[in-house]
Amino acid sequence: MAGQSDPSLSIFSAPEVEFLAEDEMIEIVPNIRMDALNLLCGDFGPFLPQIACKVPLWLAVALKKRGKCSIRTPDWMSVEKLTQVLEAERESPREFQPLPFHYVEISRLLLDHAHDDIPEVYMVRSLIEDIRNVRFHKVESGLETISGRTHAVKLKNLSAMEVNIVRPFMVRVLQAFYKHDSPEMVQQVDTSANKRPQVVDRGPRPAFGKIWYIATAHRTP
Amino acid sequence: MESWEEEGSVSGSGLGAGTDVELVRQAWRNEKAAPEILPFEEALVRRLREQIQLQEERAEELKSEGMEDVVVSLHHMDSDRALFLLKSYLRLRLHKIEKHLFFYSSHTHLFARLSPEEQLFCNSCVDIMTQHLKQSVLNKLPQHYQSVTRQSTSSEDDDMVDSPQLDTFVFCKTKTDVGAFQLDDTGEEIVDLVVDDLYVLRYKSIRGLVESGQINLI
Repeated sequence: MAGQSDPSLSIFSAPEVEFLAEDEMIEIVPNIRMDALNLLCGDFGPFLPQIACKVPLWLAVALKKRGKCSIRTPDWMSVEKLTQVLEAERESPREFQPLPFHYVEISRLLLDHAHDDIPEVYMVRSLIEDIRNVRFHKVESGLETISGRTHAVKLKNLSAMEVNIVRPFMVRVLQAFYKHDSPEMVQQVDTSANKRPQVVDRGPRPAFGKIWYIATAHRTP
Repeated sequence: MESWEEEGSVSGSGLGAGTDVELVRQAWRNEKAAPEILPFEEALVRRLREQIQLQEERAEELKSEGMEDVVVSLHHMDSDRALFLLKSYLRLRLHKIEKHLFFYSSHTHLFARLSPEEQLFCNSCVDIMTQHLKQSVLNKLPQHYQSVTRQSTSSEDDDMVDSPQLDTFVFCKTKTDVGAFQLDDTGEEIVDLVVDDLYVLRYKSIRGLVESGQINLI
């Protein structure tokens, strides 16, 4: 099987999320001369020594592994920017700071394969670690605010990996609340106990529904 | 093959964002997240298949021309990535069909979403499954209880057919401003869908938006 994740929960596996992140664009500085590449995912190059150009992350890593380029650390991965983000994350307990959708995977790939291109790499590594922890904590505490009649959850700026981690739990919780909150479910208790409690069609709903704006994800075991 | 030329030229000009690889990637994501089967991307799959083949041939050509190893291997990596997406997309759909076999085979509008090959697969699975169920259990039951799809002959509808759970919640990102959107039939649950925001919503209420491409499942 081509790395198929369990379709019953329709979750992406962590390698699948990383696979998606590898298509994000990043700037490289080649140290070789190479003709333009006409690939299925787009045309890149021509590559000239010391002239920066944009390529997908997987291509950048492949060239980097062969020592044919250096990767330019994206702006958001500078110590200055990350420090700002961390501070802002700590100051706003109900909001996430805007970071690239795949920030976890991109930073991980760059730290693994291009650490010599990252200025102040130790600082960057620990800042990203801290940011992840603060955000995960927010997600955890955000989950506590879900209750019956939560019809929609808005998760502005939540990243791909964070979505993936929180998905199974979040979906099950919302489903359970939705099911037990349905008017038919409540009525069925007193009409017939033997009837299968199947929620096929949803009747009128109370007008005081809520939409929660929270933060999300729990730690992987 | 004329139609291929036509469609190919539309998406062929795009860089990154409009390529067929990108389109299949989105189709794959949507298919993964959606509880029911989505319409098969027939033209897209055909185009990408041909492109992958061409790319593999090209890589072999480059190799025989004595091109540097790195260029050849980059071409291989590129076509492998596309191939992975395509395979995973097709397999995922087979999984879904297998899971709700009798449901898809009995609902014509959903059955029409399958490719001809998938329809064939679905039908033969239904045959095999029916035969198996009959041989192992149903034929030994009293006459009124021998149907594969119904509990007994007195059932009014197919009450033994498992259907995809559309009441589930999905994570999604809006592609364009949808504006105020009604989440349930009574219109008491309204959410303002702003471009590029991330929501967890009930699949049933947004399935129209998924089909029209206004919202992406993630």
